[in-house]
Amino acid sequence: MSRPLRLNVGLAAAGVALILILRLIDNDYAWYTGYVILQYVLLAVAWNILAGYSGYVNFGTAAFFAAGAYTTILLTKALNLDLLVCVLAAGLVSGALGLGMGWLTLRLRGVYFSIATLSLAVVLQTLVVNWPYAGGSSGAYTMRPQGYAVFGNYSEFLFVLMLVLALGGIAVAAGIERSRLGLGLATIRDDERAAAAAGVPTLRLKLIATAISGGMMGMAGAPLPYYASYLNPEAAFSLTHTINAMAMTLIGGTQGWVGPVIGATLLSTLQQGATVTISSAGNLLIVGGVLILFVMLAPKGILGLIRAWRGRGDTA
Amino acid sequence: MNAVLDVRGLGKTFGGFTALNGIALTVAPGERLGLVGPNGSGKSTFVNCIAGDFPDHAGVVLFRNRPLAGLKPHERARLGLSRTFQLPRPFRSLTVLENVTVPLRFSVPPLPVADARARARACLERVGLQDKAHSHPHSLTQVDLRKLELARALAPEPALLIADEVMAGLSHSEVDQILDLLFALNGDGTAVIMIEHVMRAITAFSQRLAVFVAGRKIVEGDPQTVLATPEVEAAYLGT
Repeated sequence: MSRPLRLNVGLAAAGVALILILRLIDNDYAWYTGYVILQYVLLAVAWNILAGYSGYVNFGTAAFFAAGAYTTILLTKALNLDLLVCVLAAGLVSGALGLGMGWLTLRLRGVYFSIATLSLAVVLQTLVVNWPYAGGSSGAYTMRPQGYAVFGNYSEFLFVLMLVLALGGIAVAAGIERSRLGLGLATIRDDERAAAAAGVPTLRLKLIATAISGGMMGMAGAPLPYYASYLNPEAAFSLTHTINAMAMTLIGGTQGWVGPVIGATLLSTLQQGATVTISSAGNLLIVGGVLILFVMLAPKGILGLIRAWRGRGDTA
Repeated sequence: MNAVLDVRGLGKTFGGFTALNGIALTVAPGERLGLVGPNGSGKSTFVNCIAGDFPDHAGVVLFRNRPLAGLKPHERARLGLSRTFQLPRPFRSLTVLENVTVPLRFSVPPLPVADARARARACLERVGLQDKAHSHPHSLTQVDLRKLELARALAPEPALLIADEVMAGLSHSEVDQILDLLFALNGDGTAVIMIEHVMRAITAFSQRLAVFVAGRKIVEGDPQTVLATPEVEAAYLGT
């Protein structure tokens, strides 16, 4: 069995196992918690495609995520489309948004690029706040069906949908790492000028990465109106999404898809635990604290720690 | 004219500072041209204009009779115009072998992975880095980094290589190793522009020498004759 096939089979098996475990638990809150954790896995994996692979730090995660959520709101309101169609449309809308943002900003480097991406969220939020059809500043409601197809419980359906999206996102990220695109992005991250001198079409590859990353973030946001039943601009465009996606990836490690998965799973599980045991306001405090610890003690994240430990083992 | 590189009236300014002024230079296929000049004379600006890093320059640059205006650096590289950098710029997260596969995987059409790796291995053997194929650049010595830079530049079999101070900071014997490599590469038909401060190397290597001073080409011709001209002695050698 080839390595990519082995990975995809492994991902599918892990997904089935997760569903079975949660069915055994048979608690609505478990589906909710699982959904949030997987949403952050997808966001972190998507963020890492641009930031980790090509070195361009995107502060606009919330913009892509919210664009996905509002695509669902608008398509449901205007055409009463099925959520699955909305998810695909959200991927296209946020992918196109990524392409457009990339076209305007990818000639900038370093912190200038990051500031430009941050402004995208502000611009989009202002647009939505002043758009009554999308709910404006007071937000929009979504009626959740009782069940969906074979799923008697809609929470279970949302969990399975996010599970499929997250596993699909991981498969895409792993595929990029092995591909010519991944090689090109690595050269851009290491030395963009040398990459161009070696024939790498740097702008084109960055645009592809921005579109894929943005599309995945949009898909992560698409089911949000159904998950929350109510969506307002403050929640959709919250900087929390951006900070979480970044921090989770940096804590896990940016060297591959495994880092964001580990970081997002650990941190969002911790956050969910803190939400029910301490306070929902403690989420960002936890992220901030853990991030500071990692920046000081393990700047290459958990993956970096594991590799350093293995390296010591090899030389011993 | 059948030149591999034909530069006419090349000029470049940065604000009020004129870095290059009316440079005319041709390189014949397979020729070895030396380019010397004191620091700040415009040599690197010249390279950056040719390679596409400074596209907004005056004058015309033809590469194999094709105007390069409007082409991005990667498009120029794909046409067969290779360059090295003054300070080696390896891709640090990639192995030595992967570094050399990059221009092959991004050539037009791109080489399949297996072919690119086989050809990259042959390039590494040629520069003597075959034993370090799976090392990362951070473990290489300075001379090995220069060899890696050359291997990456020669992998796509370019028509022209611009070697920008590839011998800076190397010892006598290391300079000889790099010179041998450049001679061998040139023997395969690649024209080479060598920009260098190591006069021993440049006089040994160059069939023709051009001297830049303050953004102008002051003289061009046979190396021994050029170096003996009073303007060069005064401006470049300071004697």
